[in-house]
Amino acid sequence: MKKEKEKEEGKTVPLGGVITKAGSAADYFTGGWRKLRPVVDKGKCTNCLICWVMCPDSAVIVEDGKLVGFDLEHCKGCGICAVECPDKVKAIKMEEEAG
Amino acid sequence: MEPATKTKKQVGLTGNSAVAYAMKQIDPDVCAAYPITPSTQIVEDFSSYYADGKVGTELITVESEHSAMSACIGAAAAGARVMTTTSSQGLALMWEMLYVASGLRLPVVMTVVNRALSAPISIQCDHSDSMGARDSGWIQIYSETVQEAYDNLFQALRVAEDARVLTPAMVCMDGFITSHAIENIALLDDSEVKDFIGEYRPKRSLLDVDNPITLGAMTLQDSYMDFKHEQSKAIAGAKAVVAEVGKEFGERFGRSYGLMECYRLEDAEAVVIVLNSAAGTTKVAIDRLRDKGTKVGLLKPRLFRPFPHEEIASALAGTKAVCVLDRADSMSGFGGPLFSEVRSALYGRKGCPPVIGRIFGLGGRDYTVEHAFGVFGELYDILEKGKVEKPFGYLKP
Ligand code: SF4
Ligand code: SF4
Repeated sequence: MKKEKEKEEGKTVPLGGVITKAGSAADYFTGGWRKLRPVVDKGKCTNCLICWVMCPDSAVIVEDGKLVGFDLEHCKGCGICAVECPDKVKAIKMEEEAG
Repeated sequence: MEPATKTKKQVGLTGNSAVAYAMKQIDPDVCAAYPITPSTQIVEDFSSYYADGKVGTELITVESEHSAMSACIGAAAAGARVMTTTSSQGLALMWEMLYVASGLRLPVVMTVVNRALSAPISIQCDHSDSMGARDSGWIQIYSETVQEAYDNLFQALRVAEDARVLTPAMVCMDGFITSHAIENIALLDDSEVKDFIGEYRPKRSLLDVDNPITLGAMTLQDSYMDFKHEQSKAIAGAKAVVAEVGKEFGERFGRSYGLMECYRLEDAEAVVIVLNSAAGTTKVAIDRLRDKGTKVGLLKPRLFRPFPHEEIASALAGTKAVCVLDRADSMSGFGGPLFSEVRSALYGRKGCPPVIGRIFGLGGRDYTVEHAFGVFGELYDILEKGKVEKPFGYLKP
């Protein structure tokens, strides 16, 4: 209730739309935009991690220097990883999201 | 006792030189500007101060006005005190960035030397440039004379940087008529300026790596409107700060400023409302008409954004006919911008006088004492006939 009132009075927004907390982009789930989903063929993947470097949403999950999958809450399905995966490998395919 | 500075240091300066001198005295951290007629001389003079080492300012010579405002925004975001100047097409080219400066709540201060907008091209005075930016979230203060343009710049800086306001401000004066005419004005001492404006200590800065911030992030349906609401309240609140700062300026230096100037208005029946230099011409006409026993007066708004609607409506209580002169057409088929605002401020008030609007002086067309006589004549016609035949239109040449 108090929060509602503050919002009504506009007290809760920081001056000029400034964001003072680092890493707040993680709170926004860009995964909701996704139409195509990246699927990796682990048999082809050489773990060069170019996709991890190029992903604009830091959605390529890497453990111990190896690609293990995608953070689908933040992967927006742009397909940059699939394009950037080296021509000789092409381990990522973009597939239609079901439904 | 009259404050000591009221008449001291009288010097003859053009509006542009006076503004450049004020900027030298303010000595802002950053100035990014692109010269354009009729404000060119401000940038020229200030560049000389810079070249001669008279200011500590970082002068950024940019390739366009869009870049000038962009550089101002970047510098202000970094926590600098920032000033610039422009006219006409230059202001039009800044348009996109004006909204960014105000939305980010960066107190940039800009002198606008009013000039007509193309097409057809004209380098002469009218207010279509600053009126085009009237909804950009900038405070707008208008200046009748060189002295006012000089004094207004210091006050605009104080208002813009006030923690209650934090909103950019433009100080407007008429191209050529004020910018290029030499007037005897009283200058302040550098120390008086420094004392009055104080130091600018922004709460946040992009360069403060210990407290990192993001500026210009995207907002969605849940928050954009809240930011705009906040901004709207801040600029509305600037009205009180403008009055406060204008009063303090008067106490310190002997020249007081309010939200508007009322000239022989107390008992006036017929009133003209006009911005900037045309107010001076109107005052001459008023004095002559008053000598003949006519009760005429002037209301010259100083603050246009935010619009002092209550104060203007109160000042007009008791008047019988009002003509608003606009040096810009809003192309609405319904008069100029000042006309719309004044009528709207009066609407629904008891005893609201008839208000007519006349567009005048576009592209530098002369506005003379004779024209002012003609306007007052029209107002007395309305009083005699008891009806308004032409609520708005263009002033006859
Ligand atoms: S599709 Fe785009 S967002 Fe998703 S993992 Fe690949 S590069 Fe990142
Ligand atoms: S770019 Fe291709 S090969 Fe390299 S890690 Fe990513 S999926 Fe594997």
